[in-house]
Amino acid sequence: MSKKEWPLWEIFIRGQHGLNHRHVGSLHAPDAEMAINNARDVYTRRKEGVSIWAVKSTDITASAPSEKGPLFDPAESKVYRHPTFFDIPDEVGHM
Amino acid sequence: MYAQMVKSEGMKSLEDMSPEERAFQERIDRGEKIEPKEWMPEGYRKTLIRQIGQHAHSEIVGQLPEGNWITRAPTLERKAILLAKVQDEAGHGLYLYSAAETLGVSRDELMEKLHSGAMKYSSIFNYPTLTWADMGAVGWLVDGAAIMNQVPLQRTSYGPYSRAMIRICKEESFHQRQGYAIMMKMAQGTPEQKEMAQDALNRFWYPALMMFGPSDKDSVHSAQSMAWKIKMNTNDELRQKFVDETVPQAEYLGLTVPDETLKWNDERGHYDFAQPDWEEFFEVLKGNGPCNRERLEARRNAWEQGAWFRDGLTAYAEKSAARRAAALAAE
Amino acid sequence: MTALADISAQETAARPDDPHLADAELKPAFFDWLCRMGDNTLILGHRLSEWCGHGPVLEEDIALANTALDLIGHTQMWLGLAAEVEDKGRSADDLAFLRDAMKFRNAKLVELPNGDMALTLMREFLFDAWHFEMLTALAKSGSPRVAEIAAKALKEVSYHLERTSDLIVRLGDGTEESHHRMQDALDRLWPYTGELFTADAVDEAMAKVGIAPVLADLQAAWERNVNEVLDEATLRKPETRFDVHQGGKQGRHTEHLGYILAEMQFLQRAYPGASW
Repeated sequence: MSKKEWPLWEIFIRGQHGLNHRHVGSLHAPDAEMAINNARDVYTRRKEGVSIWAVKSTDITASAPSEKGPLFDPAESKVYRHPTFFDIPDEVGHM
Repeated sequence: MYAQMVKSEGMKSLEDMSPEERAFQERIDRGEKIEPKEWMPEGYRKTLIRQIGQHAHSEIVGQLPEGNWITRAPTLERKAILLAKVQDEAGHGLYLYSAAETLGVSRDELMEKLHSGAMKYSSIFNYPTLTWADMGAVGWLVDGAAIMNQVPLQRTSYGPYSRAMIRICKEESFHQRQGYAIMMKMAQGTPEQKEMAQDALNRFWYPALMMFGPSDKDSVHSAQSMAWKIKMNTNDELRQKFVDETVPQAEYLGLTVPDETLKWNDERGHYDFAQPDWEEFFEVLKGNGPCNRERLEARRNAWEQGAWFRDGLTAYAEKSAARRAAALAAE
Repeated sequence: MTALADISAQETAARPDDPHLADAELKPAFFDWLCRMGDNTLILGHRLSEWCGHGPVLEEDIALANTALDLIGHTQMWLGLAAEVEDKGRSADDLAFLRDAMKFRNAKLVELPNGDMALTLMREFLFDAWHFEMLTALAKSGSPRVAEIAAKALKEVSYHLERTSDLIVRLGDGTEESHHRMQDALDRLWPYTGELFTADAVDEAMAKVGIAPVLADLQAAWERNVNEVLDEATLRKPETRFDVHQGGKQGRHTEHLGYILAEMQFLQRAYPGASW
């Protein structure tokens, strides 16, 4: 049994053409450097040209309701992650 | 769906509520989102932890029946697609645990509850995947059933849960379609492949119907959860919707849904269909399904055998922080 | 599956001319060498994919799957080109799923069982450090088709190496237990690394026509990199020979490969000719 839990980090990402960093989600990591590495794998699927911030969740002071979370596209090369990669005949209906 | 039989705290009428509770309910009724640090009734918080936690557990236990076939996928492309899909499930688990953590419970605590059996995961993942066609059936039926529930949950009242659901739904649609694409190949393939496809449908049809849980039209728990907008539809509504959408898809494949009573009801505008064996469902929940033991053991092993890895990385982080502090002090 | 077909059609149209593909004399060695590249990534990708759902923590589970996905992607490119060079109507899938162990050309290092995370990460690190040097050289290959694949793969492999180097340092210099596990893994894997640098006639033929580097030339950079990481990780480089276990790339494997293939090729073998 692990004695110490890895702290939670909030991840902010600025995409290649984005202006600002945006919150994309959270993850666990033992320190900030690993939080950034993990964020590359978890939240960018290693898309190039992104800038990542990791902030310890406990260091965030929050006001009341926040903005709606953004969505991130998976890496372009993994085309099968996109639903339209799979040809479903029209007769089958919406899926 | 991935959270079944979630007990909610007792339901109160608006008049019986405290002013705080009433204001809270009115915010929900107006369609406002509740955010982590805002006041919420203890029952709302506890119910959500149970529900989101169960959903998260289902995602990571759900990696196992499909992960089972990654090393046996029949082509390089199928291997990559399946691996990406099972990886997504780990990601979905991660998003959901994070949402639960905003309610004041840690991921490790939730993990421990999964491992001790104090928290459940969806009954569906206690069924084995026996042939490659099961990768099709799981994507098509299991992810299909999950989507029925997850799409409306994007509008749930709790902000972090809603946002996790939006992200998950976006990724989940590829899952169902990849499953159906496998089924199409199999159903149009050799006689053996078609036999595998039919067999997979036979084995997964009723377990998929069970995913929605028993009828809850008279349940007080469900009524409270629906008032809180953490449950958006009754189990029966979702099950009906699933059957109505899935039957034509099975027909297109040329496969037979294993239900002799299945019939379109013109008057209702829905299919009539047979209920699954609810005795079996409760037995599976109690731990007597075909794979309960294997699934939990696999999760426990991963966690216990990974302890040195997590601890090693923690120790390094502490050492390097101390080294940095010492270097700073020496300047 | 239209999307992928479209993409590969576009890629075919844009492909550079490569005279090496038409060189009949070169063909057997070129084919063999491409299988080495593709089989290394196929088998290591397979091993890493075994972790999916069983990782020590969710973030690592996801990261390992990403690496495995990259390697499977590289396999499709290398074995795809191998099939094209061979020109006998076989596909990358035919090569992956219908060759027996003696026709597999991967180094023994990558087929070794996963063991614990220490063994898995150390195996990947030792391979990544070679893979990085190899692809860096291949990106400047005299064969435009090889250079194209190498350039694509190199971006991903640079990250693989960065990630495993970091983890080797952290776990080596972590707890006493993690240190011991990493040292054990290193001691055990070290004798398999020499195969990556030992050239045979195939490697020499590739180097001679300027498709691939002279393997021994990669060794110095590899050692520098590995030493640096091991030092920082407080791990001791083994004094044993590093080239004890060889033969994988000539098709003489460990007992483990047969089991991998039995699993991996099961469907294609049980239902010959079926389409999936």
